[in-house]
Amino acid sequence: MLEIRNISKTFNPGTVNEKRALKNVSLTLEDGDFVTVIGGNGAGKSTMLNAIAGVWPVDAGHILIDGEDVTRLPEYKRAAFLGRVFQDPMNGTAATMGIEENLALALRRGQSRTLRAGIKNQEREVYKRLLATLGLGLEERLTSKVGLLSGGQRQALTLLMATLKKPKLLLLDEHTAALDPKTAAKVLETTEMIVNRDKLTTLMITHNMKDAIVHGNRLIMMMDGNIILDIRGEEKKNLTVEDLLHKFEEVSGEEFASDKAILG
Amino acid sequence: MNIMNLISALPGAVAQGLVWGIMAIGVYITFRILDIADLTVDGTLCTGGAVCIMLMQSGQNVWVSMALALIAGMLAGMATGLLHTFMGIPAILAGILTQLGLYSVNLKIMGKANQAINVDKFDLLVSLRFIKGVPFYKNTILLVTLMIVFLIVFLYWFFGTELGCSLRATGCNDKMARAQGINTDFNRVLGLMISNGLVALAGALLSQYQGFADINMGRGAIVIGLAAVIIGEAIFGKVFRNFGFRLLGVAFGSIIYYFVLQIVIWLGIDTDLLKLLSAVVVAVFLAIPTWKSRYFSKPAHKEGV
Repeated sequence: MLEIRNISKTFNPGTVNEKRALKNVSLTLEDGDFVTVIGGNGAGKSTMLNAIAGVWPVDAGHILIDGEDVTRLPEYKRAAFLGRVFQDPMNGTAATMGIEENLALALRRGQSRTLRAGIKNQEREVYKRLLATLGLGLEERLTSKVGLLSGGQRQALTLLMATLKKPKLLLLDEHTAALDPKTAAKVLETTEMIVNRDKLTTLMITHNMKDAIVHGNRLIMMMDGNIILDIRGEEKKNLTVEDLLHKFEEVSGEEFASDKAILG
Repeated sequence: MNIMNLISALPGAVAQGLVWGIMAIGVYITFRILDIADLTVDGTLCTGGAVCIMLMQSGQNVWVSMALALIAGMLAGMATGLLHTFMGIPAILAGILTQLGLYSVNLKIMGKANQAINVDKFDLLVSLRFIKGVPFYKNTILLVTLMIVFLIVFLYWFFGTELGCSLRATGCNDKMARAQGINTDFNRVLGLMISNGLVALAGALLSQYQGFADINMGRGAIVIGLAAVIIGEAIFGKVFRNFGFRLLGVAFGSIIYYFVLQIVIWLGIDTDLLKLLSAVVVAVFLAIPTWKSRYFSKPAHKEGV
């Protein structure tokens, strides 16, 4: 479904702030894979997701989605294949627009925007039904401005928007990190529900090792712009946090530094 | 200070306010919807007036002249849009660059700094002479009001379409817009084109109204436009929630601005100071949201550090 071939990205090349964020990263995702991504700050997790989304061009390498080379496609064109949820709940929705308007924008992802009505009456029924599955009561507030919603509500709505038009690949960039633990758990539960229901190929970054182990069928760990661990199948199912820490020390030769990742 | 002088000046203030209302609606599109303060308009207003007057002088029909003025304004907006998106220049600077360039363009269009048009010799649509003592269908206030209503209906329809919604999303959150497959660069250019087209149309009307186009007629136009937007929102913001009514509020804001201006002139204030006064008023109104949150918001936890 997704194939990354030897991509590299360096920020601020030739300056004192030069940062080699991705070093020859390759990764192949099978159809229906739910991959969790962990790693410390600056490991290159978000950079990899942004490279796939096309936020900026990569320096080298190729990115293929469903066999199609998208390396040169601008961000807004690649969006046709991708559903994205960001870390900051403010980023995924348009605050001054209504819930239904946001959903209508998402429904038209990958289509050219015409002079037809921006939202049709029969869509509203679909939106109501889908919003009801979130269990947040948003189905009664179709015309409310999204700016009035809480972070958790906005994140759940963004998740719905990202998957309203079935994406070939769902990119979740620490989408629960800004939420309180209870809300985070709820949003993760919703994520699991939608991914399973629509059998979505998913790449989910998380800071939380336990979440990374519990969710998905495959786990990768990044460090210094490289993928240093790739655990799948039976091995992933039986994985514990201790195993993961042990493996990390084995591969990297250092201790895992982030308490947040272990305890969180 | 004869009150009758003031009263007799009011219809003129309404007419001028309405013409500038069209301009203010253009400013609203960039300032509120696209979240860009577009300084191009100071030049575009004159471009619209210059194109309209020169075409009419050469014998063109008034509607054709105004349509071409509108297109000229859209081209100016496109220039700013491309400077901003294609060349990556910050929006404010892109607007200033286009505005500066337009000064030369406007001079070349007119051939000199000022071009007059005689209301008796040419078939003008609006004029300060068409306010009193003309058949109602020639009345400037009525005609411009009808144009504004038509414009608001058109814009209300447009911003409800798929394209219009994507333009609003671009201004609100461009990161989200791109993630939803919206071409934000295209939308920015389009928004600037619509906005500057309207401003040029206002310029075309204004130059007919006052009987001349002048190279300096757009100086400070952005401030008047912003003043109208802010006054409209301050007074009608609570009542007018619907997008169409908000635009109407902006047009009303423009009329109120010219009412206040007339009163200030009637009070005998040195007219040289008018622009300074406008600038101060707009600065204060723009500061209100910041002041509100900084000095008048109640802290959530009093005991907290």
